[in-house]
Amino acid sequence: MRDRLIVAAQFLFTVVVASFLIVPAILSMLAGITVSYFRGIASGLTLQWVIQVWDLYAETIARSFLVAGSALVVTLVVGVPAAYALIVRGGRLARAIEEIITLPLAIPGLAIALALLLIYGGFSDFRRSWLFILAGHVVFTLPFMVRAVMAVLATMDVKTLDEGAASLGAGPWRRFRDVIVPNARPGILAGALSVVTISLGEFNLTWMLHTPLTKTLPVGLADSYASMRLEVASAYTLVFFVMIIPLLVAMQVVADLPGRQRARG
Amino acid sequence: MSRNGFAQLALLPLALVTLAFFALPMAKLVIVGATGEMGLGAYAAILLEPRYRASLIATVVLAALTTVAALAVATIAGLFLQRHRFPGRAVLIAMLTFPLAFPGVVVGFMIILLAGRQGLVGDVTSRLLGEKVVLAYSIQGLFLGYLYFSIPRVILTIMAAVEKLDPALEEAARTLGAGPWAVHRDVIFPALGPAFVASGAIAFATAMGAFGTAFTLATNIDVLPMVIYTEFTLSANIAMAAALSVGLGLVAWATLAFARSLSGSTVAAAG
Repeated sequence: MRDRLIVAAQFLFTVVVASFLIVPAILSMLAGITVSYFRGIASGLTLQWVIQVWDLYAETIARSFLVAGSALVVTLVVGVPAAYALIVRGGRLARAIEEIITLPLAIPGLAIALALLLIYGGFSDFRRSWLFILAGHVVFTLPFMVRAVMAVLATMDVKTLDEGAASLGAGPWRRFRDVIVPNARPGILAGALSVVTISLGEFNLTWMLHTPLTKTLPVGLADSYASMRLEVASAYTLVFFVMIIPLLVAMQVVADLPGRQRARG
Repeated sequence: MSRNGFAQLALLPLALVTLAFFALPMAKLVIVGATGEMGLGAYAAILLEPRYRASLIATVVLAALTTVAALAVATIAGLFLQRHRFPGRAVLIAMLTFPLAFPGVVVGFMIILLAGRQGLVGDVTSRLLGEKVVLAYSIQGLFLGYLYFSIPRVILTIMAAVEKLDPALEEAARTLGAGPWAVHRDVIFPALGPAFVASGAIAFATAMGAFGTAFTLATNIDVLPMVIYTEFTLSANIAMAAALSVGLGLVAWATLAFARSLSGSTVAAAG
């Protein structure tokens, strides 16, 4: 009896915590499609707020996709070969390099943004373009790509694969393209999903790096929270959720993949 | 081209990007912090100037309280979810980890909807007690916001650690006559120690650097990131903002490095 009570209390506690996290998100989604949040759902459902968000902020949404897509391309081009090189080389130097590129995750985004402003703020063309935001996002997302690819490569015998292909006469570039990259695919996919998800939601760096002409979605969100009526802010947040949820689901699916494959094999 | 030659070539873009957009800017940040009107005094001012010291202490206390609360909540929920199979379990886990991808600003907005002027808590309390409770814009609201983004970060690590616990140890303890509390105190919690250290460090470092949540709630509580922001934008006290950023970065980095030296695994904060 006492044990049952304890289990029931634990269940209740877990439900309360989950509600604390999810109820505001549901409230926000509802508020975004309700005629009047003050009068509640009885006032009727509408898409007028979503349309208003589209009119006001479509540009920020497009820019966020541009930045996230570009960050993905850069982290792929820079990160995947680097992950391979770090695994092949190994040793103290590789560990030191991994350490350094992971530092941006330990340092608050605000500090990194301030550092970028201090050194490049004077180059006004760069400062004013969306590429400035991209630079910050690349620094911050690169470690996710490198580490995801390294994690997958570390589980297999890269050196034997590489030497096997070399003994068959493949040059380094072909070995990388035809042997390493296909084998690293689950890591590349996991890294890519992380990079896009993080970039789409990045605020701490972006708020410092943006200009009135280079606002991204999270920057626009902060604007709307400060200056728009609750329904519009909620509709804007709803748009963000709709963008981010498929990515989160995909991440979960990818995370489950290797386990399933192993179980089958 | 030899394999080593190719490996070096493959590392070149990484080296250039890291140097141009991280290493050099951070070096500049450290130098700017030391070369303002106060010189090196700007770094000393973090501890000596009452306003900055108060902000540093408030931020550390808030981050520490958040970490302890998140660990406690995540341990109770994580143990329960990992030990029982029931319909809806997967949904509960999804609900607990979903906010992982929310930016700080969105978390702030969630707290406004929960406990702001038009919030749920105010609505319920005004009906039940006849008095509207509004927490969002106070230190309680900030704490709720920090807890909101810390729970998902901590709970996944705790659940993974619970899964790896050896049930034989608990059974042995029980056979030897240990009650449920003694089993938890002497067997389960010590075994979860490394997970507490690793996820606690991430929660602490993330809370120290959190900017978006405090920004949205717009409280007049001066957490360090908000002080840095106002020094930079409103006071144009760039050297002080740089020095405070370096201080904040050092605290966050040192926490993670310390945790890693204890637990031996890689930990990193994000968001």
